[in-house]
Amino acid sequence: MNRTRGFWRSGDPFIWLTGGAVALALLMVTGLIALILVGGLGHFWPGAVLRAHLADGRTMTGQVVQREAVPGKPGEHRIKLKVANRDVSGADFQWVDEARLVQREYPPEVVVIERTEWGPFIGTIKEVREGGRAIATGPEAGWLELTRRLPAARQARADLKRLEKGEIGRINHEQEQVRLQLRRLELRGVVSGPEVEAVRARLGGLQARYQELAARAAELRNRHTASVLVTTDDGTEKDLALALLVDAYRPNAMGLAAKSRHYAGKVWDFVSDDPREANTEGGVLPAIFGTVMMVFIMSIVVTPLGVLAAFYLREYARQGSFVSAVRIAVNNLAGVPSIVFGVFGVGFFIYFVGHSIDRWFFPEALPTPTFGTGGILWASLTLALLTVPVVIVATEEGLAAIPRGLREASLSLGATKLETTLRVVLPAVMPSILTGLILAMARAAGEVAPLMLTGVVKLAPSLPIDGFWPFVHLDRKFMHLGFHIYDVGFQSPNVDAARPGVFATALLLLLIVVVLNLFAIGLRNRLRRKYAGAAI
Amino acid sequence: MAGPIQLRVSANQSAAPEPVLEAPMVEIERLCLWYGTKQALKDVTMSVPKHRITAYIGPSGCGKTTLLRCLNRMNDLVDGVRITGTIRIGGSDIHEPSQDVTELRKRVGMVFQKSNPFPKSIFENVAYGPRILGVGGRADLDGVVERSLRGAALWDEVQDRLHDSALSLSGGQQQRLCIARAIAVEPDVLLMDEPCSALDPIATARIEELMLELKNSYTIVIVTHNMQQAARVSDYTGFMLLGELVEFGITRELFTNPRDKRTEDYITGRFG
Repeated sequence: MNRTRGFWRSGDPFIWLTGGAVALALLMVTGLIALILVGGLGHFWPGAVLRAHLADGRTMTGQVVQREAVPGKPGEHRIKLKVANRDVSGADFQWVDEARLVQREYPPEVVVIERTEWGPFIGTIKEVREGGRAIATGPEAGWLELTRRLPAARQARADLKRLEKGEIGRINHEQEQVRLQLRRLELRGVVSGPEVEAVRARLGGLQARYQELAARAAELRNRHTASVLVTTDDGTEKDLALALLVDAYRPNAMGLAAKSRHYAGKVWDFVSDDPREANTEGGVLPAIFGTVMMVFIMSIVVTPLGVLAAFYLREYARQGSFVSAVRIAVNNLAGVPSIVFGVFGVGFFIYFVGHSIDRWFFPEALPTPTFGTGGILWASLTLALLTVPVVIVATEEGLAAIPRGLREASLSLGATKLETTLRVVLPAVMPSILTGLILAMARAAGEVAPLMLTGVVKLAPSLPIDGFWPFVHLDRKFMHLGFHIYDVGFQSPNVDAARPGVFATALLLLLIVVVLNLFAIGLRNRLRRKYAGAAI
Repeated sequence: MAGPIQLRVSANQSAAPEPVLEAPMVEIERLCLWYGTKQALKDVTMSVPKHRITAYIGPSGCGKTTLLRCLNRMNDLVDGVRITGTIRIGGSDIHEPSQDVTELRKRVGMVFQKSNPFPKSIFENVAYGPRILGVGGRADLDGVVERSLRGAALWDEVQDRLHDSALSLSGGQQQRLCIARAIAVEPDVLLMDEPCSALDPIATARIEELMLELKNSYTIVIVTHNMQQAARVSDYTGFMLLGELVEFGITRELFTNPRDKRTEDYITGRFG
C-alpha cells in the first residue's frame, strides 16, 4: 500500500507518460517520413527485369513492383509485374500468381526504353534502322548502335524544343503584342493611318520569320530518321523513332555502379525537367519553381503586413476591449478552413481587384482576362491572408517580451517613440518576426485547397519568370508541388504508374519546406546571437 | 513579527521642509499624482539644489520612484496618470504645453534600477543618445563616447573592446555603461533610481565614488532603499512615506537629528 503510494508520489508515472507522448509523436513522424522516403526514393532505382515463364507457355517480362498474398488462398502469393508497353498490350501492370510460374529468368539483353509518349517500353532489340534500312541487327549490336546514337537524338530533341519554346515562342509573343497594339489603337478610334500601317508592317516581318523558323523546325524533325525495332514477349514488333526516346537501359546487365549513376541521373531529371504524359512522367521543375516563388511572394507580402498590424495592436492601440476583440478575431482567423480563404480570394482578388485592373490597365486584351483570372499573385495574396495571423501573433508575443526597461532607456535619452520603435524595439523583435515567418512559410508551402481556386493548374505552359518583358509575370497561372501530388495521385488516368511519382513529389515538397525553414531558422539564430541576452 | 506600525499622519505635522538656501535646479510645488483613483504623491513641495546629490529614502511603495519619474515625465507613459502642481527645472515649467518632452528628457537623464543596456555594442550604447541628437561624424561620436565612458569610469576597462556586445559586461559595468549612456547627451540633471540595488558591495562602492565625481558637473537625484548609501553620498535627503514628503533637509542633520518622529522611527529601523 505504502509502496504504491510512494511510487505515485515519486512522479515516475508522470515522467513515463510525458516521455511516452513524445515517443508516440516521434514514431508517427518517423513512420511518415520513412514511408515517403521508401516510396519516393525507390522510384528511380532501375529494378531488375524478370522474364516469367508461365505454365500455359506464355512469357511475361517486366519489373516486379509488389508481392502480396492471394486473397482467399492462404499460403499463395502473387506478384505485380510492370510490363509496360501500354500501346501494345493495353495495360502497364499485370498480376501473376506465383503458383502458375514455371521458371524465372533475368535475361541481360532485355532493354527498358523510356519514350516521350506512351510510357516505357520493355523488350528485346531486333535491329536499329536508319531511313528504313537496317544498320545493326541483333540485341548486342543493336544496343551498341542505340547507345551510340541516343545522345545525338536527345540533343536534337533539346534543340527542337529550344527552337519551339525560345525563338518561335518569342515570335508568338511579339505577334500577340502587335495584336494588342492594334486593338489599343482601335480602342482609341484609330483604325487606319500611318500608326496602324507601321504596326501592320511589323506583323508582316514577323510572319516571314515565323515561316522560316517553322521550316527549320520541320527540317530538324525530319533529319533524324533513325529508329529501333523492338520485339515484345509475344513477338509483336514495334518500330520506335529515336527522336522520341528519352532513355534506354538494360537493368539486368548493369552493375551497382552503373545503376547508381542511372539513379542519380533520374533524380536530376526529376527535379530539372518538365513533366510529360499528364504529369505521370518526366520532372517537376515548374512545380518546384511555382511553389518556391509563391512562398517568396507570400513572404514579401505577409511580413510587413503582419508586423505593422502587430506593432499597432501592441504599441499604439489603447489596450481595451476593442483591441482584445480584434486580437481574438485575428487569432480565430488562423482557424478558418483554408478553402474559405480560397473562395474569398476568388471573390475579392480575382473578380473584384483583378477585373478592375483589367478594365483600367489591360482593356485591349479583353475579353481575355489578364489579372481577372487565377494567377500566382492572387494565390500568393490569398495565402498571405491565410498566414497573416501567424505573423501577427508571433510578433505581438515578441513585442510583449521586450523588457520595459529597454524602451524606457531609449525614451529617457530623448528619443521619440518612433525612434525607440525603429532603433530599439524593431531589432529586438526581429527573431520573433522570423519565427512567425517560418511558421507562415511552412503553412503556406503545404496549403493546396485555396490555390486550386486562385491560380494553380495541372500544367502551366510557361513559368512565371521568363525572358519576355517585364520578365516577372505575376498574372500567370502556375504549378505547385502540393497540387501536383493531388493531381498525379488522384486525377491521373494511370494511377499505378503514377504512384511512385506521388511519393517522390511529396518528398520533394517536404525537402523544400525544410530548406526554406532552415534558411529562416539560420537567419533567426544569427539575429538571436547578435541580441543574445536581450531579456533584461 | 515586527512591532505595530504606528503612523501619525496628521495635517498639522505635514511636510514643512526646511528651505534650501543653495541655488535650486529643480523646484517642485504642491505636486500631487494619481494612478487612476489611487493617490501616489500628496502635495510634495521641495527644491533640489544645483550640483548636489539629493537622495530620497523611504519604504517600498512610498512614492519616491514616482516622484523621480515625474522629473523627466516618464510617468506620461503610464495609462491613467493625473498630475497637479508644478515642477520647474532650470526655471521652466516642464508641464507647459510648449515643453517638448524629448527636449526635457535630453536635459534630465535617467539611470534605472536594473541596468538596461541596449543589446548592441558598447560603443553603440553610448552613441545612441548623441546619434538621436544628430551627432553624425565618426570622429565626433568617437570623442563623445570616450568622454562619456571616462566620465563613467569605464573607459579603462572597455577601451579595447568597444565593439563587443554590451551584454558581455558584468552587472556593475553594465550599470556604469548606463551612466555613460545617460551623460553622453550632457543632461543638466541625472536621475538615479536605486542604481545599486542589484549590485554587489564592490560595484556599489565604485558607483558611489562615481556619483561623487559626477556631482561637480551634474545635479543628481537618487532614490535608494539603502539608508547608509544615502548617508554616504548625498548632500540632501528627503524621507517619504505613503506619498508624502515627510522631511527634507541636509543629510547629516536628517540622520542625526530628525525633526519628525516618523523619520526617526524609520532611520532607527523601527519599520520599513
